[in-house]
Amino acid sequence: MINVLFFAQVRELLGEGNVSVEANDTNNTAEGLRAQLAAKDDKWGKVLASDKLLVAVNQTISSWDTPVQDGDEVAFFPPVTGG
Amino acid sequence: MTSKLNVVRVQTEDFSVADEYGLIAADNSDGAAVTFVGKVRDFNDGSVVTDLTLEHYPGMTEAVLNQIAAEARERWPLNNVTIIHRVGTMALGEQIVFIGVTSAHRKAAFAACEFLIDFLKTKAPFWKLEAGDQGANWVEAKDADEQAAKMWQKD
Repeated sequence: MINVLFFAQVRELLGEGNVSVEANDTNNTAEGLRAQLAAKDDKWGKVLASDKLLVAVNQTISSWDTPVQDGDEVAFFPPVTGG
Repeated sequence: MTSKLNVVRVQTEDFSVADEYGLIAADNSDGAAVTFVGKVRDFNDGSVVTDLTLEHYPGMTEAVLNQIAAEARERWPLNNVTIIHRVGTMALGEQIVFIGVTSAHRKAAFAACEFLIDFLKTKAPFWKLEAGDQGANWVEAKDADEQAAKMWQKD
């Protein structure tokens, strides 16, 4: 399984902080996983289509073509605003 | 010779600047100690703010803060480094973040402190939710913060 996490307004808008997804041939990149989740319904499509969305694969900010495999942790979130 | 302090903490409770200063400033080989404190401001982008809630990504946050501390050490001859960031809900005027660095000389300490807060603001996975007279709003990332971090990029 791929452990998928959502933070900040992405979490709030989806109403989910965490989902598990079975790894397969279409979600084997960060973009593939994003596209699969975005296809769930209109709300998920809208929230996960944001051009400002960031992805972290195994707790490192990553590019959208980064490989994803079974056992990985993938997080989607908006630009960070700490400090 | 004492070993270098390298402290990274993410916590809900407040911190004492005096205590943290005492910890980093105890080494007589240091001639400079620079600290920065970020606070909850009453105003942002034209809206009144009444309190602030900080969310983060446990695990990744600590990893990123340790990475940026290590990067600061590669760039400047630093002795002690402390980074503390609070999460949860904070009232106006409360302390959010502490950066403290020591070095033999002031230029390295000043530069490293500014570098650390600039990188923290653009790379560490924290998000601010502001509550105010117009409801709660997630704070938008600022281009100015991104530009400040880019100033430190090496060619």
